[in-house]
Amino acid sequence: MIFNEKMECMAPSEMKALQSDRLSKQIDYVMANSPVYQKKLAEHGIRPQAIRSIDDIRKLPFTEKEELRDNYPFGLFSTGLKNIREIHVSSGTTGNPTVVGYTQKDLVLWGEVVARAIACAGGEPGDMIQIAYGYGLFTGGLGLHYGALKLGCTILPMSSGQSKRQLKLMNDFKPRIIGCTPSYFLYMLDEARELGLDPQKSSWEIGIFGAEPWSDNMRQEIENAWNIRATDIYGLSEIIGPGVSQECHLKCGMHIFWDVFYPEVLKPNLNEPVKEGEFGELVFTTLTKQGIPLIRYRTRDIVSITYEKCGCGRTLPRMSKVRGRTDDMIIVRGINIFPSQVEHVLLNIEGVLPHYQLIVDRASGGLDDLEIWVEVDEKNFSDEMRKLENLTTKIKKELESVLGILVKIKLVEPKTIARSEGKAKRVIDRRSL
Amino acid sequence: MKITQISVFLENRKGRLFEVTQLLGKNGINIRALNIAETDDFGVLRLVVDKPKDALAGLKAGGFVASTTEIVAVEVPDNPGGLSEVLGVLSREGLNVEYMYGFVEKKSEEALLVFRFEDTEKAVVALEKAGIRIITETEIHNL
Repeated sequence: MIFNEKMECMAPSEMKALQSDRLSKQIDYVMANSPVYQKKLAEHGIRPQAIRSIDDIRKLPFTEKEELRDNYPFGLFSTGLKNIREIHVSSGTTGNPTVVGYTQKDLVLWGEVVARAIACAGGEPGDMIQIAYGYGLFTGGLGLHYGALKLGCTILPMSSGQSKRQLKLMNDFKPRIIGCTPSYFLYMLDEARELGLDPQKSSWEIGIFGAEPWSDNMRQEIENAWNIRATDIYGLSEIIGPGVSQECHLKCGMHIFWDVFYPEVLKPNLNEPVKEGEFGELVFTTLTKQGIPLIRYRTRDIVSITYEKCGCGRTLPRMSKVRGRTDDMIIVRGINIFPSQVEHVLLNIEGVLPHYQLIVDRASGGLDDLEIWVEVDEKNFSDEMRKLENLTTKIKKELESVLGILVKIKLVEPKTIARSEGKAKRVIDRRSL
Repeated sequence: MKITQISVFLENRKGRLFEVTQLLGKNGINIRALNIAETDDFGVLRLVVDKPKDALAGLKAGGFVASTTEIVAVEVPDNPGGLSEVLGVLSREGLNVEYMYGFVEKKSEEALLVFRFEDTEKAVVALEKAGIRIITETEIHNL
């Protein structure tokens, strides 16, 4: 079903008028309420009256992730704390964490977009949904929760972890929908088999997977193993959390709810759009938010967008999976490397699971070494050293041809690479740069 | 005529082999023969035990990657030239040996060797034809 047919199937010209109106109001709002944006726009010589059409958006300055951290904790909020109903915090690897706040109206918006997302994945009112994203400061759990409430689902608020319990309640209560990170869902496959459950017969028909990058090959693996429709959800706490975009049953890109989150795809670090369908950095402007509205926020996610109408009837633009991050990218001996490239290669080698980790270290000679750990499991294990060495060589050759750099492959025991809680850590950089 | 061998994947880390033997000990499993093949990063531990099914289940429950392989245990005269006699048969028949290792215990005056062949069926036929005694699983368990 289409949850909000008016907004999701609106004609482009009508949508443009709506976006233009909302953008000019959002600018007026931040100019009236946010000292940070007052200063920023003044520095760029922009008067709010100059922003009349959505096409004027390119005149506006960007907002960077560092600005959220620099204004820690509440400096980028556009309203007093008394009007904030909920706060979420994302863990920062360096320095201050990123803090976002939602007013009552923002929480309603969040429920609305996630309700659209669950319906887009194929969910219906009355379906039972098992939410295995972490509840708490992370936006995954509560975001899905508000959307499921709005859509009218029966909610199993599991949070992440406790796989045995997740599987038992799935088996006993028969929920139709599961939401969790894709790596956690693959992890539960091992657990299910250990418990003697047949993954083919699970009650889950629809999966809403996100919060970390995953490939189409990983989707194939999940769909084949679990007999489920695996859909991708995208979001980031700075914009709202989950519910920024979502795939429909056709799985041909994630529909962006652009009546409220306006997307641009730009050349990395430039104010220049890429051609339609080309990859670039995704930039979002919130059009209706109150707590922490953001103007041209550089997500650092590399995606492409198509504006063609989808077979499902929605006129929303569709974004590709995140191909990489402008900042998660590691540079080894001058070569740009994205973890998603490694995953893609591993999934194309028979019997290899996408459980891997990249270890970058600086050798005593000053050169950087890239070591890739790959977990061994029963499918690729052999009693013959020759076969294990052939496997290592095969992985090494294929990775080297894709990455364009020499790598060392190390086979490791299963579950060496932590993935049970939330996101799997894909890169360990031991260089003290 | 074939015997079940357990193979275990081991990272080259301190104490990993100890953990395997400890786990088998706890499960009341007796090791009859063992061999380790290794590289810089990892090794493969191969074991012949008295209760292979229990050993496999125990290892898997303990989080190890383990699998079973069919091998052949052969009685070899414990005197100069004993092994070459057996290998001569294999060579004449064109049978490839993937790897081999010896038993810890001795049943009689003969030595016991474990062979992993490329083609196990063919090897068994050839060895029997040459009058070389192959040890049964029951005999191994009763050692």
